[in-house]
Amino acid sequence: MSASSGAYVLLEDGTRFDGESCAAETHAVGEVVFTTGMSGYQESVTDPSFAGQLITFTYPHIGNYGISAAAMESERIWARAAIMRDARDGEDAPSAERGWLAWLKDCGIPAITGVDTRALVRHIREAGSMRGGLFPASIDEQQARELIAAEPAMDGRNLVEVVTPKQLSELYGSDAPARSGEGMLISVLDTGVKASIVRNLLERGARVRLHPCTSSAEQLLDGDPDMIMLANGPGDPAALGYVVETVRQLLGVKPVWGICLGHQMLCRALGLETFKLPFGHRGANHPVKDLATGRVEITSQNHGFAVLAPGGAKTIEHDEPVRWETDFGAAVLSHVNLYDRTVEGLTLLDVPGGSVQYHPEAGPGPHDSVHLFDRFLHASAK
Amino acid sequence: MPRRNDIKRILILGSGPIVIGQAAEFDYSGVQACRVLRQEGYEVVLVNSNPATIMTDPELADATYIEPLLPGPVAQVIERERPDALLPTLGGQTALNLAKALRDDGTLDRFGVELIGADYNAITCAEDRELFREAMQKAGLKMPTNVIATSCEQALAALDQIGLPCIVRPAFTLGGRGGGIARTASEFRAIVARGLEASPIGQILIDQSVLGWGEFELEVMRDKADNVVIVCSIENVDPMGVHTGDSVTVAPQQTLTDSLYQQLRDQAITVIRAVGVETGGSNVQFAVNPETEEILVIEMNPRVSRSSALASKATGFPIAKIAARLAVGYLLEEIDNDITGLTPASFEPTIDYVVVKWPRFAFEKFPGSVSSLSTHMKSVGEAMAIGRTFQQAFAKAMRSRELDKPPNLAKAGNEALLESLEVPAPDRYEAILELFRRGVEIEAIRQRSSIDPWFLRELRQLALHPQAPERGVRTFKSVDTCAAEFPARTPYHYSSFELPSGGRGVEHEIVRGQRPSVVILGAGPNRIGQGIEFDYCCVHAAMTVRELEMDAVMINCNPETVSTDYDTSDRLYFEPLTAEDVLGVIEAERDGAELAGVIVQFGGQTPLKLAAALSQAGVPLLGTSVEAIDLAEDRSRFGALLERLGFQAPPYASAANAQEAIASAERVGYPLLVRPSYVLGGRAMEIVYSDEGLEDYLRREVAEQDARNTIYLDRFLEDAVEVDVDALCDGQDVWIGGIMQHVEEAGVHSGDSACVLPPHSLGQEMLEQIRATTRALALEIGVVGLLNVQYAVYHGELYVIEANPRASRTVPFVSKAVGVPLAKLACKVMLGTKIAELSLPREREGLGFGEHVSVKEAVLPFDRFEGADALLGPEMRSTGEVMGIARDFPTAFAKAQAAAGLPLPSSGTAFISVTDSDKAGAFAIAQILHDVGFAIVATRGTAETISRMGIPVTQLNKIGDGSPHVVDWIERGDVAIVVNTPTGSGARSDGWEIRNAAVTRGVPCLTTLAAGISAARAIARANSNACEPEVLCLQELHGVRPPAASEPGGDEHADGHSAHAQPLAAPPAHGLEPAPRE
Ligand SMILES: Nc1ncnc2c1ncn2[C@@H]1O[C@H](COP(=O)(O)OP(=O)(O)O)[C@@H](O)[C@H]1O
Ligand SMILES: Nc1ncnc2c1ncn2[C@@H]1O[C@H](COP(=O)(O)OP(=O)(O)O)[C@@H](O)[C@H]1O
Ligand SMILES: [Mg+2]
Ligand SMILES: [Mg+2]
Repeated sequence: MSASSGAYVLLEDGTRFDGESCAAETHAVGEVVFTTGMSGYQESVTDPSFAGQLITFTYPHIGNYGISAAAMESERIWARAAIMRDARDGEDAPSAERGWLAWLKDCGIPAITGVDTRALVRHIREAGSMRGGLFPASIDEQQARELIAAEPAMDGRNLVEVVTPKQLSELYGSDAPARSGEGMLISVLDTGVKASIVRNLLERGARVRLHPCTSSAEQLLDGDPDMIMLANGPGDPAALGYVVETVRQLLGVKPVWGICLGHQMLCRALGLETFKLPFGHRGANHPVKDLATGRVEITSQNHGFAVLAPGGAKTIEHDEPVRWETDFGAAVLSHVNLYDRTVEGLTLLDVPGGSVQYHPEAGPGPHDSVHLFDRFLHASAK
Repeated sequence: MPRRNDIKRILILGSGPIVIGQAAEFDYSGVQACRVLRQEGYEVVLVNSNPATIMTDPELADATYIEPLLPGPVAQVIERERPDALLPTLGGQTALNLAKALRDDGTLDRFGVELIGADYNAITCAEDRELFREAMQKAGLKMPTNVIATSCEQALAALDQIGLPCIVRPAFTLGGRGGGIARTASEFRAIVARGLEASPIGQILIDQSVLGWGEFELEVMRDKADNVVIVCSIENVDPMGVHTGDSVTVAPQQTLTDSLYQQLRDQAITVIRAVGVETGGSNVQFAVNPETEEILVIEMNPRVSRSSALASKATGFPIAKIAARLAVGYLLEEIDNDITGLTPASFEPTIDYVVVKWPRFAFEKFPGSVSSLSTHMKSVGEAMAIGRTFQQAFAKAMRSRELDKPPNLAKAGNEALLESLEVPAPDRYEAILELFRRGVEIEAIRQRSSIDPWFLRELRQLALHPQAPERGVRTFKSVDTCAAEFPARTPYHYSSFELPSGGRGVEHEIVRGQRPSVVILGAGPNRIGQGIEFDYCCVHAAMTVRELEMDAVMINCNPETVSTDYDTSDRLYFEPLTAEDVLGVIEAERDGAELAGVIVQFGGQTPLKLAAALSQAGVPLLGTSVEAIDLAEDRSRFGALLERLGFQAPPYASAANAQEAIASAERVGYPLLVRPSYVLGGRAMEIVYSDEGLEDYLRREVAEQDARNTIYLDRFLEDAVEVDVDALCDGQDVWIGGIMQHVEEAGVHSGDSACVLPPHSLGQEMLEQIRATTRALALEIGVVGLLNVQYAVYHGELYVIEANPRASRTVPFVSKAVGVPLAKLACKVMLGTKIAELSLPREREGLGFGEHVSVKEAVLPFDRFEGADALLGPEMRSTGEVMGIARDFPTAFAKAQAAAGLPLPSSGTAFISVTDSDKAGAFAIAQILHDVGFAIVATRGTAETISRMGIPVTQLNKIGDGSPHVVDWIERGDVAIVVNTPTGSGARSDGWEIRNAAVTRGVPCLTTLAAGISAARAIARANSNACEPEVLCLQELHGVRPPAASEPGGDEHADGHSAHAQPLAAPPAHGLEPAPRE
């Protein structure tokens, strides 16, 4: 690693944090967010949900074990920059196929090290996530401010069109039933689906079709899929009018399951509201209670928006399966976040389907909730 | 599932004396449990034999029993107190084994006591290597290939299957005791024999070696609803093959990919479920092959452990506290995370810093022992450091160790250093840093050490750029369990260096109000000579400062302790105890508010050594001034003071070098006690009888000593009675807390000898003289706070050996014996209260002549240091201590021996072999033991003396005389007790062999005449009372609780509580009338 020239992070409120540039010598602007996961940096930057965002890693050493093909959550890096306290390249780790910083650099992604990331996080925690940028010292603050101002705010931002595939694709697992076409067929509305979600579906013997987010309901229903999966993805769910409309046409026709942005889209399709969290949930340690089993699971999280509870509150008071009356009948709260008591999932009672806000597929993060995939598939089996 | 209401009274077992592998961490966990359970409204009954613990403070439990942790005494406590439940998971392996024994012998059933926290089957499954393996297999997890053997024949048969090297591990032992790595067939046979012997069930496990793989530990917690969280991952920088207790470790893990780490996490959860630990914390250890990513389970501990204390301190997640709540029915989600106050305990801490733990070793104290590290733990303490980067944390942890003598590697060549890495030794990291400084490449070091390249890269940076981690500006950050995602409520801090930016400077996180603060300097890592006693005093100081409505600020770097619990003080700074680090904290504490002062008296020699530097930097010290400290510590100034006051001291001289030393020797007169200056615990202290002896000493110890270090020569007073006094002084008044008479004669370090309070054989006149001398010394030195004076009574006259102007090792023992919290009183005095205002009865210096006798006994680690002589001397070697309390001296002595792990026998054969000057005394021992039915065997000279007095005795062969000789007798298990006093020097003499055999066999071995006589009397006494000695409740002895009623949970406890709240208000119920016993 050769940490060389100076660089800094500037937030839209003018707060500045100095450090050293350690990857591509360029600048990046977008929403500055933080993640508290201690490992899984490669999974994070390649997660399409981070599109448009600069990731601050709260764990100081990032890059320890380099990078490898197995840890890609998509085909490229979506995060705009990495902000770190003490970056490492990790190219000589036994599992490393390349060094982390060398890879960022090759991908043209700027990164900064030496930043007092804890001070930065405390600032965001108090002031909320905001726009900002990472700049080499050669860009002065005035210029930097202009670049930030030119960047649209995350509120109301449609970013799924950036990450969605251009064409439909179909994937099979190695299982015999999937290959012979006997397994379930799952249509994914791909607003930036993570490889781990797809992997979990494939591992369960399913055939998976990834549809661009612009696909119509008919296209999604083509081939008579057993279920529709609404994927994770970046940006504001409130800006996804036509996608939500597509979802409305699917509800009641096929079982519809959603994860993260998919959960938010499903809820909006039901007629529920979403709102922006002050600084989001990003990490691998959030406790989520499954109200059906009473179990608390440690979850992987990555979202900036959330769904309003019945009655319009932002939080859930008691651990009870409260209900919403929606455009598609009743929905019952299935999961609640024990950190800030926001909605983490719901199950539809009158039409088949449901969704969770967090990431049962992990990648990165704990596997406590992978069993949800079995639940989805089981509930959708014909 | 909230709190269980069907149980009211809970018995907690402590872990007993500090020994290698089981240290202060169990005081920390026990204290947390006691506090939490009482907050929850339960009554707590506590048994622990270790007086130096906070948990045995009478305020901590409703009934405290300082009794041996053995089934007999604990069954008596159960019968007396009738607890509803027993919580055995907080007192280490000792408590777990004891609980198992109480269940096996039917005691728990008989009194209807429920085991909570870990059930019987789970304990058995985790501890019995065979059952554990079966459980793992069933759960689909892999372990190293292995074979279980219960005999040498089985073991040899297994060797074909496993191959060499292999790992031998005894079942049910602590810290890997008795195990080891066998690289050759002969090593294999030796270790197998030792291991079978060490295992209480005579079972060993022979493991396929995975030396060099990565070693990882996960701290897991589970609640009744089967919710499981991982509190912390810990990576051992030292690969498999070095016991985790001896490894440098780092949290969180650094080198695993997320996917591999998640596999470990999944497996850890599978393990806790498979073993069936229903509630509480467990530690699961793994070996990971970095190349193939293969994962093997190594072991699991179904209880709070050293690693869980480390994990608690590393993350801010108080495992023991939460484990105690889980044990009484709560679920994780029903428990608050104290640190945030907002979120529940059902989460996984995430941290935004790096934690490094360094072990502290003591090989220099055990000459002759092999100082290589292996699967059997040998370190005596540890230091932890927190930094924002690995390098910051590593450098801090390294300096936190406070080594007396840094290893000198300059002379060793590269190849020698590289080779030394193949069998890890305590100085391996110094060697690695040295090699990097010399330009050796990472790969070369990796090949020899198998340390992961990530760590080597960091170490290389540190070696080449030692200042780099301190680039920027010092600031203080907080430990908050959540990487700043939520605001933290608990002020637990560490220093870091950050870059100032944007014209703002760096962010500080210290939030303090306007109350003046008192900074208490802790004792650093535990080591021989400076242990938990000092932490006890620091914790008391913090309590007192808070009582007086000032902010108690703690600085310490020992993760095992109560002092580094964030609950103990108003602000905790986890920092090394060096002048620079301490001044950094002080600067932050002075920012915008008043610093009332710094307390350096309670943390042993560590803070005392900083006194001058702090004072020079203009920092106010509370209590005894630097000038007074120097007066007491400077030999010549102190000598002059004694002379002026007309007190006797052994003749002495100080010498700047070896020649001077030889020259002064004659003037002082042999025998001589020689030592370097400013050392604690008698480091490098020896008795020499002649010029040759002195020259030999100087060659060994002084040559490499720092030139500035003076050598002291004292006339050694032979056969003197040693006396220890702890006193309080406010500059005007002196109050004597306790006078302790040692059982062993002077010459056995005060930390290693047993002592009795009140003195059992000093006359009134002598006691009066001791009091008067102590008073005069305290006032003349100018002590404000605590003073410890050591005396020798030689030929009926009093000699002053030394005066320590600080809390001593015996403060907790005295406090518990007399029922007065000495350290708290001292802290008040240091903050300006006068002794007169403390409402201590005036003539109470004689405290101790009460209705009970207290004996302190030391616990020695000889069994860990193969090859070292198991002999007591002026250099301290004990790691811990126990206390025996009884109505008479012999019984108290017997209790103390039992608590120390060497219960005195009631019948059998006594072997006696003493040096010529002790022959007369040997007869007395033989007489007593013969009278109670012992057979007496002795070596020739001793046998002659004994038989001349008409006592039947069998003469044994010396080793040179051929088999069966004395060692054969001991090894065959035919000897129940050994009295062997050394004949002077002579390494590997018969004496050495005898003592070594006794230690290995676990036979009580008394190496002084005084101890031998005490033991004989104790045996006689026990034999005359047919039953076991009565157990005594501390609160009853000190009159804060009326004698226990037979009915459980009776009303009589109600007023016990109010008395606990003000321990000082209720004067202890000691007899004021001095009436010497004997
Ligand atoms: N199969 C093995 N190969 C190499 N080293 C081992 C093996 N098993 C254990 N060890 C080492 O021995 C140490 C002690 O073993 P462990 O089972 O944890 O016993 P303890 O109960 O003393 O903690 C471990 O920390 C590890 O470093
Ligand atoms: N002059 C002496 N004669 C006999 N024993 C002595 C003498 N000086 C010290 N000792 C013994 O050595 C031990 C350690 O000496 P001390 O001065 O107390 O050192 P430390 O500072 O390590 O406590 C004492 O506890 C005592 O048993
Ligand atoms: Mg272990
Ligand atoms: Mg001493």
